[in-house]
Amino acid sequence: MLLRYIFFRVLMLIPVSISISVVIFMIVHLLPGDPIDNLIRIGSSPDDRALLVTKYGLDQPLFVQYFRWLGAMFQGDFGEAIVLRRPVADLISQNLPYSLTLGAMAFAFSSIVGIILGTISATTRSALMEQFVRGFILLGSTVPGFWLALLMILFFAVQLQMFPVSGAKGWDSLVLPVLTIGFGGVALVARVTRVALMDARREDFVTLLHAKGLSSGTILFRHLMPHAMLPVVTILALRIGWILGGAVTVEFVFGRPGLGSLLIRALGQRDYPVVQGCLLMLALAVMLGTLIGDVAQAAMDPRIREAKT
Amino acid sequence: MLEVKDLAVAFGSVAPLSGVTFSLAKGETLGIVGESGSGKSLTAMSIMGLLSMSDGRVTAGSIVFDGQELTTLAEPAYCKLRGGRIGLITQNPMTSLDPLKKIGTQVDSVAILHLGMSKKAARANTVDILATLRIPEPALICERYPHQMSGGMKQRIVIAMALAADPDLLIADEPTTALDVTVQAQIIRLLDDLVKQRDLALLLITHDMSVVAQTCDKVVVMYAGRAIEQGPVLEIFDDPQHPYTQALVGCIPRDLGDGEKLTSIPGTVPTVLNYPSGCKFHPRCARNQDICTTEQPELVRNGDSAVACHFAGAST
Ligand SMILES: Nc1ncnc2c1ncn2[C@@H]1O[C@H](COP(=O)(O)OP(=O)(O)OP(=O)(O)O)[C@@H](O)[C@H]1O
Ligand code: SF4
Ligand SMILES: [Mg+2]
Repeated sequence: MLLRYIFFRVLMLIPVSISISVVIFMIVHLLPGDPIDNLIRIGSSPDDRALLVTKYGLDQPLFVQYFRWLGAMFQGDFGEAIVLRRPVADLISQNLPYSLTLGAMAFAFSSIVGIILGTISATTRSALMEQFVRGFILLGSTVPGFWLALLMILFFAVQLQMFPVSGAKGWDSLVLPVLTIGFGGVALVARVTRVALMDARREDFVTLLHAKGLSSGTILFRHLMPHAMLPVVTILALRIGWILGGAVTVEFVFGRPGLGSLLIRALGQRDYPVVQGCLLMLALAVMLGTLIGDVAQAAMDPRIREAKT
Repeated sequence: MLEVKDLAVAFGSVAPLSGVTFSLAKGETLGIVGESGSGKSLTAMSIMGLLSMSDGRVTAGSIVFDGQELTTLAEPAYCKLRGGRIGLITQNPMTSLDPLKKIGTQVDSVAILHLGMSKKAARANTVDILATLRIPEPALICERYPHQMSGGMKQRIVIAMALAADPDLLIADEPTTALDVTVQAQIIRLLDDLVKQRDLALLLITHDMSVVAQTCDKVVVMYAGRAIEQGPVLEIFDDPQHPYTQALVGCIPRDLGDGEKLTSIPGTVPTVLNYPSGCKFHPRCARNQDICTTEQPELVRNGDSAVACHFAGAST
């Protein structure tokens, strides 16, 4: 049943990936500017320029460029960075681990802490505790990430010198970026968990769970949490893309290497193949994220498993 | 077995239930009837000790089950009673099972919890019970999810859950209201058989007087949160004393003679927020006198029955 669901769900990714690849390809070519301008030495002749344009295939019709790009991509060839003059695949594989570490840590941080806080706020009898969590949720959902990042750099890195200001050397350099990306996530996940738990508790079947003689704790962990996790999983899946998007600015602010830094630099230099490669990786991550989210939901909810197959 | 006395319930300052008194013995079926909002479910929830789920509490009276006072019972002890010695069947089978868990798992957990059975023994127990409830292919059904079953089937599963730990008392709160008419009759017959086979006490809440006439030994009539008349079904139906009961019994569409008409009660049921003073039925009562608007009539015992009316027995 679940396998069937996964099969059809993966099948659906094909048209999605094709559209995404077209969009990524087009966006880059619609941007004003030209990478050759960054490449060419001052004083070169127009002939030199024409030579370079031909070399990188930029004189071909757009759809020819697209299919060449796509075909190469299937062979793992992301092309050659025009400005950096290295295979894009190398650049990506060099930078990706940094982004993945940061993303995974931020994801784990926001989901674990968020679910715990949300559960506490939905179940606590202490008004103070509830107020605290609600205040935190409000703060976390409204404070912009980059502002928080600067604030934390000023306080923890510059004033207290507890963590490095920038760079990616050692684990302690991860702390501030993870906190920055994760903070908003914690608030979001806590809020969704809280609401979902309170909704689940109002469901009819909860009366009968109590009537069976189950303790409140058993009901919470065996029955209410699985229900509450359905919307949380949806949010978390969407969050994967969001976190990588957040990583783009955060990597930049903290001067960390990574896909985000690579993308921003490549954008500045109009280095098409690099930008395309980076965007494609991000899109892939978002697609994988929603796929994992959907499959997780189907694994948890028999109604979804059946409805879609 | 079960003795409820002067039970009163409040939610904050709202007091929708008061003066509810009745008793129920082993092997007996007691019907509770009354219009919507008359406090039938609240009575059931009070006995189950589940009022706190909706922030309600028992403010007066007592509930004694098998010699044990329930209104002051601590939660862990109550958890042993619920599902273990008192089973509950609720109104809407479509929403009363956990949609994420297999049927078998949901029924098994009762025997595991209360009878200390292993998973395997509990499953055998579940299959047995499903079979007695005339569910075809019980072992297969255990592997199904709630959304794959009909309303009538689900209600049988709910009944199986209530029975899994072999309780002494079954509370069925309008167990058939949400079901098709044909299925309704099946479920009622099933409950009736169970009472006889297992020597259960059954508290059957309904607003269907004909169901009461068919299956119950005793009946409690509720109006606006109070028990206003009760006694053996035959007595109450033959010779109702309270004007409201008289009207209700008159409502049953059975052997209507040629000239006979269905009586219906003029006026509307009061809600908790506008309970009238004195006798809560007085705005709709044809027999009402001055005293009825000022003084609440107490439930007065008379042989096996009891009635709460200043002018009980007189006919209008
Ligand atoms: N959580 C609550 N807070 C406040 N009042 C409540 C609450 N639950 C029930 N009541 C009130 O108690 C009264 C009795 O409700 P109850 O559910 O017992 O009625 P009922 O006889 O079961 O009706 P029905 O036939 O519709 O099931 C109603 O008037 C309702 O407004
Ligand atoms: S007490 Fe009075 S108002 Fe109430 S039922 Fe009896 S006669 Fe009617
Ligand atoms: Mg009810």
